[in-house]
Amino acid sequence: MENPFGSKPATSNMMNHSEAAEVFTEDVDRTTWHDKTLWFVREKRDKAVFQIPEWEALREAGSRIKHNALSNLDEYLLEFEQNAIKNGVKIHWAADGHEHNEIVLQILKETGATQMVKSKSMLTEECHLNDFLMEKGVDVVDTDLGERVVQLAGEPPSHIVMPCIHKKKEEIGELFHEHLGTEKGASDPKYLAEAARQHLREKFLTRRAALTGVNFAIAETGGFVVCTNEGNADMGAHLADVHIASMGIEKIIPKAHHLGVFLRLLARSATGQPITTYSSHFHRPRQGQTMHIIIVDNGRTTQLGRPDFRNSLKCIRCGACMNTCPVYRRSGGHSYHNAVAGPIGSILAPNLDMRKNADLPFASTLCGSCSNVCPVKIDIHDQLYKWRQVLVAEGYVDSTKKQGMKLMASVLSSPKLFRFSGKAGRTMMRLLPYSVSNPLNPWFKQREMPEPPKESFREWYVNRETKK
Amino acid sequence: MNSRERILSAVKQNKPELQPLPETTRFQSDYPDLVAKFSEILRFIGGTPVLVADYAEAETYIRQTYSDLPSVVSKVPALQHLATTEWDVLDPHQLETVDLAIIQGVFGVAENSAIWVPEERGGHRVLPFICQHLVLLLNTADLVPNMHDAYERLNISESGFGVFIAGPSKTADIEQALVIGAHGARSLSVVLLQNS
Repeated sequence: MENPFGSKPATSNMMNHSEAAEVFTEDVDRTTWHDKTLWFVREKRDKAVFQIPEWEALREAGSRIKHNALSNLDEYLLEFEQNAIKNGVKIHWAADGHEHNEIVLQILKETGATQMVKSKSMLTEECHLNDFLMEKGVDVVDTDLGERVVQLAGEPPSHIVMPCIHKKKEEIGELFHEHLGTEKGASDPKYLAEAARQHLREKFLTRRAALTGVNFAIAETGGFVVCTNEGNADMGAHLADVHIASMGIEKIIPKAHHLGVFLRLLARSATGQPITTYSSHFHRPRQGQTMHIIIVDNGRTTQLGRPDFRNSLKCIRCGACMNTCPVYRRSGGHSYHNAVAGPIGSILAPNLDMRKNADLPFASTLCGSCSNVCPVKIDIHDQLYKWRQVLVAEGYVDSTKKQGMKLMASVLSSPKLFRFSGKAGRTMMRLLPYSVSNPLNPWFKQREMPEPPKESFREWYVNRETKK
Repeated sequence: MNSRERILSAVKQNKPELQPLPETTRFQSDYPDLVAKFSEILRFIGGTPVLVADYAEAETYIRQTYSDLPSVVSKVPALQHLATTEWDVLDPHQLETVDLAIIQGVFGVAENSAIWVPEERGGHRVLPFICQHLVLLLNTADLVPNMHDAYERLNISESGFGVFIAGPSKTADIEQALVIGAHGARSLSVVLLQNS
């Protein structure tokens, strides 16, 4: 039988998720280490959550605030814009990533800046801002430690909260030795973090432009909140002449007091902290400073128009679904070939490009753990399942998978055929074990096949009845 | 049609039917002792809580603990004399050599030991970030149980900038190993004043 779950590369020059995961899992020790590191973060999340008796009610509140925000988004965006302008902030609108990047470049030109510091913003990753600016001769420095590491390595982040979680400290030591002049062979995290602190402090002090992301934008006040542990967003923004904040349209929350709900949910879900070290509330530029907000669509309004998938826009980017996902933990963020990896990335990505990302909704066991930990109750695994239906119907899934699924459907829908196939399979595995335990069977890769049982459950049940 | 109009009209066309806001968005936390809870959480996230009676005791603690730091900024009127210089600078970049900043927080939150510091309290927005070490003063009477209570008390747009600070700056980006002292302050002491 053809492998029902295999699929061809989505495009000829890019590996799909299962191919990239196969490369990742070749290193068994690293895979185990990656798996454990992420699970450790999931456990920290659990410890923090169990201390809040009202956690489930809090999730429900967060979910419903986001539902309301999405259902009235145009009004809230207008309210936000109006209040932000009153606060002395310049508002820009970008239909797509390219327009966003052009706006950033235009602001830098007006400022006369050719260098910029940037704190973590998954939106700018989505828009490929760094590549764009580099081509235009602008020097961009990512200032979050993990982001700086992947930037020096010439890689995208592999996790939205912990960008270099796939790297070992020895590899970071080697990168820093090469780029920052640290001692050869040094890999102590404290030593390396100190080197990054010194290196980036010089950047903060000399750059005239800073770009930050936005965690929450408050319609009621026209302000926005940025959450970090390192303090890099603030070091950049408060020292620069120009502060650019980039946000997707879905970052809007209606009222200031809703921050109480979201700041309680965010860090606990992300890293198990009670709150991030800094929750910075920006409303007006400081004296002599210019502040810009770029409001970006880039496919979000399309997703809003898909009833089955619009709830993905509730996401507050905590990364809990990645840390808990058995597939993410054992395949690594880069296997998802999208700015946002893991379960949430796999329901956001097909909206941007169905052909390129048709493999991602299949990179899941549908176990539902992602939906269980999601702080805003996105039905992630249901959406993964629904995307599969859409992608097959639209013809984005290759024919072997389609044929396999058809065969499986006919076997599973006929009790007679099912019983026969089961019996035939068990006999084959007993008499000719090599027929399944061979490299042509993808289920045999990296695992032993189980001992075939002598009889099926049904046979056991029937025999048990007759023995009575 | 420009992008603004295109985006707004696409949202209008594609958004779902209006969903009401939830009735309950505020929850109560019952901590029998706010100072104890605040201190426990602050220790957990790498900060140092110090309980004192008044500003005189606060001064003793700060003098003893930070005696080796040459460059001190104090923005607390009652502790003005602890400053080693006036630091009346216009350009925030000049604060790069500050070793210790002493700032009075407005109120603190017991559930996560976050302290609200609006820009007026630090003079410059960057001060609590650029200093090597930070001391925040807080009256024990100004503790609230959780973040819902915090926003009930706070008008966030009153200041052009304000920040909740919870502990010293930190990172776990390298193999999830916790390192205190990322880009912001390397340490945080919170001096809790009982009689102020």
